[in-house]
Amino acid sequence: MKRKRNILIWAGFVTVLAAFASYIPLFASFPATRDFPWANYLLFLIGGALLAAGVRRAFHDSAQYRGKISGSILSALSALLLAFFVLGVTYFSKQIPPARGALRVGQKAPAFMLPDSAGKQVSSSDLLQNHRGLVLIFYRGYW
Amino acid sequence: MRGFEQHLNEFHQRGIEVVAVSVDSPGESQKLCQSQGYTFPLLSDAKAETIRQYGVLHANGAGAGKDIARPAEFLVDAAGTIRWENLTDDIRVRARPQSALMAVDRL
Repeated sequence: MKRKRNILIWAGFVTVLAAFASYIPLFASFPATRDFPWANYLLFLIGGALLAAGVRRAFHDSAQYRGKISGSILSALSALLLAFFVLGVTYFSKQIPPARGALRVGQKAPAFMLPDSAGKQVSSSDLLQNHRGLVLIFYRGYW
Repeated sequence: MRGFEQHLNEFHQRGIEVVAVSVDSPGESQKLCQSQGYTFPLLSDAKAETIRQYGVLHANGAGAGKDIARPAEFLVDAAGTIRWENLTDDIRVRARPQSALMAVDRL
């Protein structure tokens, strides 16, 4: 008898892939899913459960379902993707120096004169003359 | 920065200008403005002098000895005093514009 394709394994793996790949283009855009990536963890959980069910029936019901080998390989790959993801959001994204030397609230903000994207010089004192205040965002940039 | 762009009107209504600073050249900043739709000024601190003065230098952050800025946000009042700041320890986790707006409302 021809054994059935084990769709749970593939559905689980595709869900894990989505969990891994969706953070940067999608969930990192919204602070609620960015700061703690719960949406991605939820997808990993769903994918893992589907995979586990698929692998379980591949081994327990092997007369009916295929997937012993593919299930094992895709489970190992999924575990690796989860490990990379966790490492990324708990370790790699924290590889910036501590801000011990940063200016503190109450200190004087140093004046600056820097070119904008059109090359026009912008001075902080001009900005402060015309505004109630200034939000300064320092960012890593693309070098 | 996307969040600040989305709330830019609320800052402007309160008389607050938003500017961003990095080591990127003006040309790179222009590309970023176009691709991300930023309408506030992106300032180029190629030598990281201002970045260093604010104490937010990430030495060798780009590798090959190139210094960049670590992510950080400051609110400076009209007298030039820092009134609020956000110094994250995680590149992913940035200030929410709402907390900067709350600080603005306390000025």
